Amino acid sequence: MAFRPETAKPLNELVEILLHAPNSLTPGERELIATYVSSENDCYYCQTIHGAIAAASLDGDEALVKKVKVDFENADISPKLKALLVIAGQVQKGGKHVTAEHVAKARAQGATDIEIHDTVLIAAAFCMYNRYVDGLGTFQPRDEDMYRERGKRVAREGYVTVSKEYLPATVS
Amino acid sequence: MPHIALPEGLPGITGGFAFRPETAKPMRELAHVLLHGPGTLSPGERELIATRVSSQNDCYFCQTSHGAAAAAHLGKDFDLVDRVKRDFLEAPISDKLKALLVIAGQVQMGGKHVSSESVEEARRRGATDLEIHDTVLIAAAFCMYNRYVDGLATWQPRDPAMYSSMGEQLATHGYIANETLQPA
Repeated sequence: MAFRPETAKPLNELVEILLHAPNSLTPGERELIATYVSSENDCYYCQTIHGAIAAASLDGDEALVKKVKVDFENADISPKLKALLVIAGQVQKGGKHVTAEHVAKARAQGATDIEIHDTVLIAAAFCMYNRYVDGLGTFQPRDEDMYRERGKRVAREGYVTVSKEYLPATVS
Repeated sequence: MPHIALPEGLPGITGGFAFRPETAKPMRELAHVLLHGPGTLSPGERELIATRVSSQNDCYFCQTSHGAAAAAHLGKDFDLVDRVKRDFLEAPISDKLKALLVIAGQVQMGGKHVSSESVEEARRRGATDLEIHDTVLIAAAFCMYNRYVDGLATWQPRDPAMYSSMGEQLATHGYIANETLQPA
């Protein structure tokens, strides 16, 4: 991100709208979708930082975050979120894997069109962020406390605000 | 039929953009910086990378619109675009672009598929760090755009003339002007 501020700006703005801005899905629910997709893509950095932001948004419930990554169908989350995670998992495999049945099931659990749209785009966007992070071979420290602290900050302040610490003022 | 109630008559990604202008804005800006903004790789080269990744992801709308944009930048050479999609190692493009397309193809499979050997090879062919960065990010971004377009089951007409004029417009104006008509 710091290497290329011109692309960091829209990348941070997109994630801010998708995960942090007001939405009928809570930030915790949206961070769980991002964490699950990042886990499916095996991106250590993304699943750990977004897992930490999810936990910070969910009263520090790290056990729930772990459960969603390994077995969301049996996690203590709403049937609507489970149906949206199914859609997110299909997007991770490829856009054409999403079927009308998956979408109908999410709707039957109360998901709105904009929630389905945002789920598809969160999953698609993390197929980008994950590839960007791993494709450049970035440094990904194994220090869970670091992620935990940063997760709390991002949950509180959002992505664009936190990005200002590493982006020049003119573009952030 | 699209999975959600997208505005009618807007092809591919433009339907999603009109449905959710808040996310459209950074998605357009990202495409503009990556494909149209100043860079040492020509816009035609960058559009070829986007087209090839979209072809690997089997996204009709994206490979056709970006293929048309690439052709518009490259003297209307649609045959070259087809050759890059089918077999870029044998296409008449620079060795540097071939090496970058190898990296892009690895990103399409997953970030961890990018090897230090393929990065070294691109460097040997003259690629800079910024060109390697942008190649990785173009490929990653099209793994997003392609999934967005197909994951919503957007309307993707089979009309070569429409894509050809869209390609001309994108090649001329980029991705942030004339907001309702342009794909990413």
